[in-house]
Amino acid sequence: MMPVFSVIGAGVAGLSVASELAARGADVQVFDPAGPPGPHHCSWWAGGMLAPWCEYENAEEPVLRLGQQAIVWWQQRTTVQQRGTLVVAGRRDLPDLRRFARRTEGFREVGSDLAELEPDLPGVAQGLFFEGEAHLDPRRALSDLYTSLQGQGVRFVQDKAPAALDNVIDCRGLAARDALPDLRGVRGEMLVIRCPEVTLTRPVRLLHPRIPLYIVPRGGGVYMLGATMIESEDRRRITARSMLELLSAAYALNPAFGEAEVLETGVDLRPAFPDNLPRIRRLGGRIYANGLYRHGYLLAPALARGVADLALHNTHSEFIDEDRD
Amino acid sequence: MKRFYGTDLPNPLMLGTAQYPSPAILEQAFRASGAAVATVSLRREGAGGAGDTFWKLIEDLGVLVLPNTAGCHTVKEAVTTAHMAREVFGTRWIKLELIGHTDSLQPDVFQLVEAARILTGDGFQVFPYTTEDLIVAERLLTAGCEVLMPWGAPIGSGRGLNNPYALRAMRAEFPDVPLVVDAGIGLPSHAAQAMELGFDAVLLNTAVARAGDPVLMARAMMDAVEAGRLAYGADPIDARDMAEASTPVIGKAFLA
Repeated sequence: MMPVFSVIGAGVAGLSVASELAARGADVQVFDPAGPPGPHHCSWWAGGMLAPWCEYENAEEPVLRLGQQAIVWWQQRTTVQQRGTLVVAGRRDLPDLRRFARRTEGFREVGSDLAELEPDLPGVAQGLFFEGEAHLDPRRALSDLYTSLQGQGVRFVQDKAPAALDNVIDCRGLAARDALPDLRGVRGEMLVIRCPEVTLTRPVRLLHPRIPLYIVPRGGGVYMLGATMIESEDRRRITARSMLELLSAAYALNPAFGEAEVLETGVDLRPAFPDNLPRIRRLGGRIYANGLYRHGYLLAPALARGVADLALHNTHSEFIDEDRD
Repeated sequence: MKRFYGTDLPNPLMLGTAQYPSPAILEQAFRASGAAVATVSLRREGAGGAGDTFWKLIEDLGVLVLPNTAGCHTVKEAVTTAHMAREVFGTRWIKLELIGHTDSLQPDVFQLVEAARILTGDGFQVFPYTTEDLIVAERLLTAGCEVLMPWGAPIGSGRGLNNPYALRAMRAEFPDVPLVVDAGIGLPSHAAQAMELGFDAVLLNTAVARAGDPVLMARAMMDAVEAGRLAYGADPIDARDMAEASTPVIGKAFLA
């Protein structure tokens, strides 16, 4: 008889693992004392960019290779906009654009034709277009996963998991540092604004020596502006400086953003291991899946596959760094 | 090598700890290069005093920690940050950075002297990030600084030494003061040049952290500062306009 798998945590890691297990016919229950996906999950605050080629500029090789699997995986589960990513830089930061181009692949250079892609970027003369990339709305993705899992018979328990359970898959994010001492939090701050005057149809990244900013369209004139990356585990609300920097970067792209309505600010800590790559670790009778860092939606599918391979077939994927059982 | 507030450095390379792709790569860069000193920015990473895990990682590097006041624009901010740093890292060392101009990140030397005086009075050992101005340097020494850190070029610009003439003059003017070129280094040749001028150390961050392979670049920087240091001690030849053959040609046997 197939065992019952108990996933702890209903953020992007936990729901993805549950979804992958359920898709392979396993019996799954999900525990999260905080309840359904919401602001208590770090992945609630994410950008939702499926941008393996761009992320590779400052990440290890698995991000590029395994991240490419994410687009199809999410397309089977939620609405994915496949319109690519536009990377741009201000005139005096063009060396950063050249450097970005040198370290990445999968793009074409855009100049005079940039206005055909995104007409509402008056301050920008040059860019790189990563056509194969995509984005999704993280909150919608979480809620779509949640709903479809319920439809597949996965039980959600709004409580702590009982201590005596077998076949536990721990996806608690930073809360799991009681068992994973090499996990750290990397502070990220973001804003959600409404600015119907500006129409952007794909994520735009603005390169800047100090503030790498991205704007992700959420539809209906709503944009997510993110995100800071601060080596701090302070969860207090967004600082004035960060808000100023994020907003002035948006303003530099299009001064009409100056009239935007600020709908939300968000702060959370990304769970990360020292090399900023996720890990699957079998330890004390549990499987831990954690450390998605800034690649929650990009790497959760590969992480979930790795967990399912281990849990169902005892096969080891590359994210497994320790197997002590 | 000169001593920095009574401390001998094993080598003349000081590395910043910001902007690396990951803490793992930061650690490898330090291990591979053997850099003697790690500078740490307290202002951002320290908001709320909660950067614990990251700081632990820096401490685990086992190198000397030089906290800085990066991002401070006023004397008050810088002094507060310095006190926080002393508490967190248990060191009297502080790299004093007082930014006067947002675009060039040029130091505000007037506030710098003032803050240096206050912090020295509070028992700190101040490493001031300054310009190449000799009068300012003199004032910093009078304020109690025993190390000077003039810029090579604006922070993060990677332009190398913008004013080698002034840096040479500074070396000549203060022969006994430990001097560090801080900021503006982009290439190992820049770092070597600073050492060839007789500087005692080089402090850099972006050139390593943002290189495609930070670990390789950290090693290159260490080789460069060592080469420059040895060259300075070896009393290099002066440049000439004309060739001077290393083997005399007159009287050479004629071999047809």
